[in-house]
Amino acid sequence: MNARVVERITDGAIAAVLWAIRIVVVLLVVGGSALTLLSGQYSASTWLSLIVSGVVLGSIYALIALGYTMVYGILRLINFAHGEIFMAGAFGGYFVGTELSALGFLNANPLTSVISVVLMMLGAMVVSVALALLVERIAYRPLRNAPKLVALISAIGASFFLQYTFRGFFGAGIYAYPDIGVLAGTVPLPFITIKWVDALIVVSALVMMAGLYAFVTRTKTGTAIRAVSEDASTAALMGIDVNRAIVTTFAVGAAMAGAAGVLYGMVFRQITFLSGFLPGVKAFTAAVLGGIGNIPGAMLGGIFLGQAESIGPTLFLSGLQVPSPAQLKDVVAFTMLVMILVLRPSGILGERVSGQRA
Amino acid sequence: MTVSPNSDVQIDWRSAVRTGLIGAAVALFVCVVGIVPVFHQRALIKDIISLGQTVLVLTALGIGARGARAARATGARSLLPAMLAAGIAGGALTALILVGQVINLRGVFLNASPDLYDLLTFGLGASGAWIPLVSFAAIGTLGGPVASLPTAFRRPITTAVLTLLLAALFAGIFRSAMLTTPLAATARVLFAPVGLTVIGAIALVIAFAGGRELLAYTHVRQRVSALPRVQRRVVLWPIYGVLALAVLVMPQTLGPFVAQVVALVALYVLLGLGLNITLGLAGLLDLGFVAFFAVGAYTVGLLTSTAEYGIADWPFWAAVIPAVLLAMVFGAILGLPILGIRGDYLAIATLGFGEIIRVLAGSDLLKPFLGGPRGILNIPKPIDVPPDHILAGPNQIYYIALICAALIAFVAWRLRASRLGRAWLSIREDEDVAEALGVNLVQTKLLAYMLGAAFAGLGGAIFAGLIGSIFSSSIQLQVSINVVAIVVVGGMGSIPGAVLGAVFLIGVPELFREFSEYRFLFYGMALIAMMLYRPEGLIPTRFATRELHLDATQTGGEALLPPTEAG
Repeated sequence: MNARVVERITDGAIAAVLWAIRIVVVLLVVGGSALTLLSGQYSASTWLSLIVSGVVLGSIYALIALGYTMVYGILRLINFAHGEIFMAGAFGGYFVGTELSALGFLNANPLTSVISVVLMMLGAMVVSVALALLVERIAYRPLRNAPKLVALISAIGASFFLQYTFRGFFGAGIYAYPDIGVLAGTVPLPFITIKWVDALIVVSALVMMAGLYAFVTRTKTGTAIRAVSEDASTAALMGIDVNRAIVTTFAVGAAMAGAAGVLYGMVFRQITFLSGFLPGVKAFTAAVLGGIGNIPGAMLGGIFLGQAESIGPTLFLSGLQVPSPAQLKDVVAFTMLVMILVLRPSGILGERVSGQRA
Repeated sequence: MTVSPNSDVQIDWRSAVRTGLIGAAVALFVCVVGIVPVFHQRALIKDIISLGQTVLVLTALGIGARGARAARATGARSLLPAMLAAGIAGGALTALILVGQVINLRGVFLNASPDLYDLLTFGLGASGAWIPLVSFAAIGTLGGPVASLPTAFRRPITTAVLTLLLAALFAGIFRSAMLTTPLAATARVLFAPVGLTVIGAIALVIAFAGGRELLAYTHVRQRVSALPRVQRRVVLWPIYGVLALAVLVMPQTLGPFVAQVVALVALYVLLGLGLNITLGLAGLLDLGFVAFFAVGAYTVGLLTSTAEYGIADWPFWAAVIPAVLLAMVFGAILGLPILGIRGDYLAIATLGFGEIIRVLAGSDLLKPFLGGPRGILNIPKPIDVPPDHILAGPNQIYYIALICAALIAFVAWRLRASRLGRAWLSIREDEDVAEALGVNLVQTKLLAYMLGAAFAGLGGAIFAGLIGSIFSSSIQLQVSINVVAIVVVGGMGSIPGAVLGAVFLIGVPELFREFSEYRFLFYGMALIAMMLYRPEGLIPTRFATRELHLDATQTGGEALLPPTEAG
């Protein structure tokens, strides 16, 4: 009886702490935003440019998140190495790009620049897909029947293995992405300044996502993937080659991540062997945000996270007199991850209660 | 396809070729990733063979052995498939050298340099491109029969190879430790400044391989374990005593560098044992362990530092208790919101916490309090002694960490069989069933999480004492990964496993700083390999072995995927 009472008191205390955390976060967000907006230290154009960079960042996150969400949907595995697949794509694109730059093709005129970017993305996709298939074959496939923790640890191992393999291959130095001079200007639009690079990134991300969506919803392979992620054993009974569906999923996700790697390189201009880790974790956040296993959700989650990271620190924190709020963008992103997991684990678009499927 | 006349089993040449191709990838990888060139700088046996060359020889032997096994050939018939497989791998290196002459591969792969080609061809460059092909084929041919040798022959060979590798790695340390003692002459004969001497190699191989064979032939082990309990104690306790003594005097005898390393190892043993409760017993994968480590370290820093940012000038020991308590409170605050979510989500959420704490520690926001990247300096040593005292420098940290680790091991050992421990194990196995049986999930998990956090805080406090300062750059994700790797490689839930894991994963890379670049490469490999071949860890608990192997036999045939229905 006594233990019962203690347990109930503890439960009550836990609930109280949880509510306190929620209230503090809401107060910080609302109060911080109000103070920032009231202080009026940022002009409308500042906000606009923050939004633009949020969209750019978000579309990159969305592309990476697609791989996480598809693999999670089909295997219930957090593909920890996905961030490294993305980084590998960035390196693949870098080497294609420097080669094209050396040939003088990259900056000859706008058309060759765009073709070059496409070539870089293709190169990146080839590298990423090859690597992802290798990882799937070696580190994941033998563990499909193993307990989940086992597969997850293997995935973490794969992530570190790839990072330091790339360090071994290319060294610890920073690789500067080739300069695409033609794309440095801005799009002639009223009210808003958008660089051509940014426009190109958003457009290509949108095109790829639309393509992926069509692939998953319209083609036979896409249907097979969805069937397997719904219920693998039933799908197998219906004559679907489960293994092929899984491999295709990895390949498609890796292709998106590879392309995202090139886009990332074009925005941030420098890559290292560690470049994949944080974007990877954040893209996973985006996938959870949108509802894991849900493809439009991943896109939405990506954009949302990009915005939160771009606007969030300035909006929530600068009003609270926090010095250099931009330093804390990762804090905002990860706090958001935790809040989503706590408040709505199914994500924005998710119907499944991931807490129960996980 | 050729069929040997007097055999009933056909040699499977295709499998041999496939093994050769995989081997080719491995051989190219170890060269291009830089393992071979970096290891080449260290000798195994002075003037005879370098570690890098040893890696190549072992690769060739391994490919040969696997090729023979893949081809299902034994005895003399295994020579050809072994040669074929290893030859293909060697041919890949030859091709690498030839291609490297035409195209500048160095523009992409840093290590595909003339140095590597010289290493592979004994300095001949392009004209010696045939050397890897021929030598791989030759060495690989030897590997074929080795694989099918009876254990009685294979065991001494394995022992000899392992002895050589370990002795060569530790040679410099042994040598410098022995030079100050009456054993100096022996040290000069056995060990070169790096690597072994020829005499040393022969002597050590005879001593160790011979010794092991002697033990095996006299059946000492079986006899000891067949003894009645009391007598077995009489035999074993002196051995344990000697081991314990060796552990205690290690930092005193092997010099200050080794003392620093063993102190760090002891610290990671402590951290590993702490995570062992969270991960090993309760099955909560915590990738943000460093967060609590940071809380402990910064608390001690703030309370004791005599420099800027110090607020209290407390002695070290007084600060340890608030450090541990505060880490526990952080564990509770961070754990509460996320412990309702399951398994892999928890891993990501904790990873997020680790990153949040890391970013905050280095941010301008907390800089006025924590010093940001410049950190908190002048943290006093736990025990104030003159510099020549046996407790000076890292030694005291070593002993303190050992004592704390023993304490945690004791707590974990006692907890495992308790009501709480059994509740943890049941949660690890199946949350739904545990809950149905009346286990309060959130509270039970929270206790595991808080205990883990408390020990991480203790580790952080001791770390602050070891380094004497704490910077935001010490708070790295790698710390968390190190600890997870220790627990996983050692065996989840296993106490001796955590010790062994720390020795291998922290001690060995720290001792060989030139290889530290490849440390996480090996971690990654180790994690994957452990999960594939030995998910229960190096020193598993009886429980984990039974569970994981039962699992494999039960679900092996039917399920295509992880059983999602169960979730």
